[in-house]
Formats: sequence, structure tokens, C-alpha cells
Amino acid sequence: MSLNIEVRHAAPPLDFAVELPSGEITALVGPSGSGKTSLLRAVAGLLKPAQARIALAGVVWDDASRHLPTQRRPIGFVPQHYGLFPHLTALGNVETALLDQPATARRERARHFLEAAHVADCAERRPRQLSGGQKQRVALARAIAREPGLLLLDEPFSAVDRATRKSLYVELRQLHAKRPTTILLVTHDLDEAAQLASHLVLLDAGRVVQAGPTTTVLTCPTSIAATRLLDIPNLFAATCMGGQLHWGPHALRLAAPAAGASHFAVLPQNVLLVRPDRPLGSHLENLLDGRVCDVMQMGTEALVWIEPAGLPGTRVQMRLPLRALERYRVDADTVVRFSLRPSDIVPLAS
Amino acid sequence: MDGSAIILSLQLALVTLLVLLPLALVGARALARWPSRARPWVEGLLALPLVLPPTVIGYYLLVAMGGQSPLGQWFAALTGHTLAFSFTGLVVASVIFNIPFAVQPMQRAFEAIEPEVIEAAKCCGLSGWQSFARIELPLAWPGILSAAVMTFAHTLGEFGVVLMVGGNIPGETQTIAIAIYDRVQSFDHGAAGAMSLALLLISLATIAISYGLADRLLKARRA
Repeated sequence: MSLNIEVRHAAPPLDFAVELPSGEITALVGPSGSGKTSLLRAVAGLLKPAQARIALAGVVWDDASRHLPTQRRPIGFVPQHYGLFPHLTALGNVETALLDQPATARRERARHFLEAAHVADCAERRPRQLSGGQKQRVALARAIAREPGLLLLDEPFSAVDRATRKSLYVELRQLHAKRPTTILLVTHDLDEAAQLASHLVLLDAGRVVQAGPTTTVLTCPTSIAATRLLDIPNLFAATCMGGQLHWGPHALRLAAPAAGASHFAVLPQNVLLVRPDRPLGSHLENLLDGRVCDVMQMGTEALVWIEPAGLPGTRVQMRLPLRALERYRVDADTVVRFSLRPSDIVPLAS
Repeated sequence: MDGSAIILSLQLALVTLLVLLPLALVGARALARWPSRARPWVEGLLALPLVLPPTVIGYYLLVAMGGQSPLGQWFAALTGHTLAFSFTGLVVASVIFNIPFAVQPMQRAFEAIEPEVIEAAKCCGLSGWQSFARIELPLAWPGILSAAVMTFAHTLGEFGVVLMVGGNIPGETQTIAIAIYDRVQSFDHGAAGAMSLALLLISLATIAISYGLADRLLKARRA
């Protein structure tokens, strides 16, 4: 039941091949202009790529000899600005997606899906009388009304406020738990992807940079490009010798040999502060001294930048809960000791 | 006052509307979605009646409909009379010189529909015809209404092309605008004044009723 996508296109440039797991939410993440929306449009049949092979559960929608028109693809699509029919009520919008059903059943089903999307009370309103969140819910109700095999969501939460967005996340997850449709979600927001999707596809310039389960992709980038796309600030050049990573004067032990590594990455939350008054646990390895350059409080946590000894100009970013910041008295110019555990060091080849 | 001229003008306006509107509707929708580089040239060609003097269009139409042209000969062989200086000839001319008045408002109306809305219709499984009937047509209706009013009112008032193609045959090609000119030429200012007033009132009523209708429909949609 998986969705296979292979797309090659010149403008916008796309060279993409990926298999999406069935019944899961997959997020397609990448910067603006990386081809996310074009790819979604290709899957919907709205864009005809130069070369494509798109198949859902073995049923081919696109290949060299075939291009199934959008109308005949079992999809639900929520475009970025919802694409609601402005002259129809919310109910009319959902009913329009059910034209293949008998007129008598249409209204009842439309109401059912408006209820599922928590907008039953807006049934008689036209799109211009709806708030951003309500429009989004109506568009979602319209998309799921056809009970599609594949639901395509193009930055669906970008035009709503933060509070609405949070409740929409929960609603989408609940809806998905009830009807586990395969969902392909396009977003440029990693946090959104992390909260919603079980799988992640990182896209840059129309190519797949990395794909896999969300937690794996977020914590274990496989390339320098993926590290940059994931916005991991701790990316450093190093050389690999004798099974160790040489970083300036420091030799870092690795969890597994990584021949050919030219860089490494560490997530800020994996940079551990070592308390000088506590005995060292055996789990703390790769101890380094450094000077705190900057501390910035952000909500309930703090970002701390440390310049490691012997590496002038290099800055390691660390994330600390606010209470830890108070307890350890970390301030600018404090000398601290920190640990980079071998299992947290992600070696990367150029 | 010549009642037959007024009736002829109204007949001409109505027949022109019935012939032109469906054709222009299809053309306007196609133009609105046509990505070709040739589009400005086609649009320019269709807009020519707006910029050319009516006598120029009238002259070309007269030549095209005359007994020397293949079209004129074919029509004469078919019906036994010439296309020029006939009511049918007037309808053909009227349809052609009204093309920009019918096409442009509808084309703008179709262009104003968000592409996302049309794509959403496809994603809802709507066929091309269903999308046209249920989504595009209701959204484009103000443009369609405007096109109908412009075509109707413009036909009522057209003078140059009608005179060139139809001449001045009472009951056959003498429209109200020609009849007014005819009366002025023969110093019958009373009849000319009465017919001018009648044309003015008919035109005003046509436009005012259509504006009122548009307003009511808009309000109903907003309610």
C-alpha cells in the first residue's frame, strides 16, 4: 500500500525517488524553492513532470505511457491557501467533493465530515466568513470526504496563528488515528514535521537529502547537507585517524569506526555540562574544557555558546534547562567542562 | 418616430447576443487559460474593433460579404440573395464588431478565478464540465452579465459598421441609429429627437437593470 514516487523534471528541477510508508504521515521538508510543492503537485497530477513513475499500492498513476488525470486519482488535497470555492458554503464545499454519490446521501455525509473536522457549526457560512483555522478545517473536511487513499497537505498550517496551529496538529493526529490514511505533508517547519510526521524526507534543490523515520533523521543526519537543512548548529571539520576523530588538539572517541569522516555534528541538547563537584561517571567521555562566550535565555531553556580550549573562533552550542543554568552558574567568560559522548557524535563524510 | 427601426435594433441586439455570448464564453475561458506566446496576438486581433474606425471594419466586412467574395457567392447560391445589405449580414457584422465587448469582460472574470480553486475542483474529482458549470460559471457570472449588457447596448447604438454593411433599407437593415441619421438628413428633427430619446432611455434602462441585478446577486452572495 506504499506510495512510490520517482520524478525527474527540468523546471523546477526535480530528481526525486522515494517510497512512502502506507498509513503513515510523511513530512516533506526543505527550504523555500526546494521543489516541495512541485513534487506534491506532480503526485496530484497537477504538474506533468518530464519523467515520472508514481504508484500508490501498486496502481500506477504516472509512467512513460500513462498520466492518470487528477480527477481520477484517489487523493484529497489541501492547498496552501485552501482553495475553497468562494461562492459555496462550507457544506457546499464538502458536498462538491461528493458529487459521485447520490444527492440524498451527499448532504448527510458532508455534515459528517464537517463534524469530524470540528466545523459543523460553520456549515452554512461562506469561506469569507470563516477564520483561517475554520477555513483550514473545512478544506480538510472536503479533502477527507472522498475517503482518499492519499492525503496531500501543502503547508496547511502556515496561515493560522500559533494557538490554532497547535490545536490543528492535535486534531490532525486524532483524525489520522481514526482513519490511518497515507498522508504526505509539505512544510518548511521542522518542528511541525517533528510533531506530526512519523517519517521525514529532507529535500533540497529537488533532490532527496535524507529520508527515514522522523527521530532517526532528526538526530542522525547522514550528510553535511542534511545537517545544514536540520539546522544543527554544531557542525565542525575534523580528521579521522586511528579510529578517533581529531578536532584541533582534541582526539574524540567514536562509537563506531568512521573512515573517511571529514566533519562531525552534535545536537545542542547532546552537549553535556560536567559538574566539577561531582565524580565523573563512566558514561562521560570525550571531556573538553572551554570558555562560555554567550548565554541567551529562550523561554524555559537557555542557549549557551562555548569556545573549546585550543580551538579559537569555534563555538559549540549547548541547550540547558533554565534551572540547570541557575544551578551551575553558567555565565559569559566562565570556564566549564563539557562532554561529547561517543554515541552522540555523528561523523560525516564530505 | 419609426417603431420598426426600434424593433429591428432590438431584434439585432437580441440575435447578436444569442449567437455571440455562447461562442465568446467558450473563447474567453480558453483564452484565460491559454499559456501560448501567441496569446497577445490573438487578443489583439479580437480587440481590433475597439480601435479601428467602424468604417474600416465595415469596409472589410462589405468586401467579404459582397458578390465578388467566395463567402458572398456561397451565401448567394444558398439563399438567393446577397449577405451584404441583409439582416443576416447585419447579424454577422454585429457579432464580429462586438467580439471585444463580449470576450474581454468574461476573459477577465475567468482570469480572476484563483488557479488554486480550479485545481481544488480537479482534486475533488470534478470533470472539466462539472468544474465549468459548478465552479467557474458561478464565479465568472458578473463578467458574463457585463459582457451581455455591453454587447446588447453596443449593438443598439452601433452606427458606422451597420451603415457600411447594411445600408439604409427600412424594415430590413435600417436600425434606430441609422433612422435617426436619416431623419436629421431630411431635417425631420422632431422624429430624430424622439428616436434619440427612445434609444437613450432603452440604453439607460438596460444598463440600470443589469447593474441593479448584479448588485442584488452580489448582496445575496455576501449575505
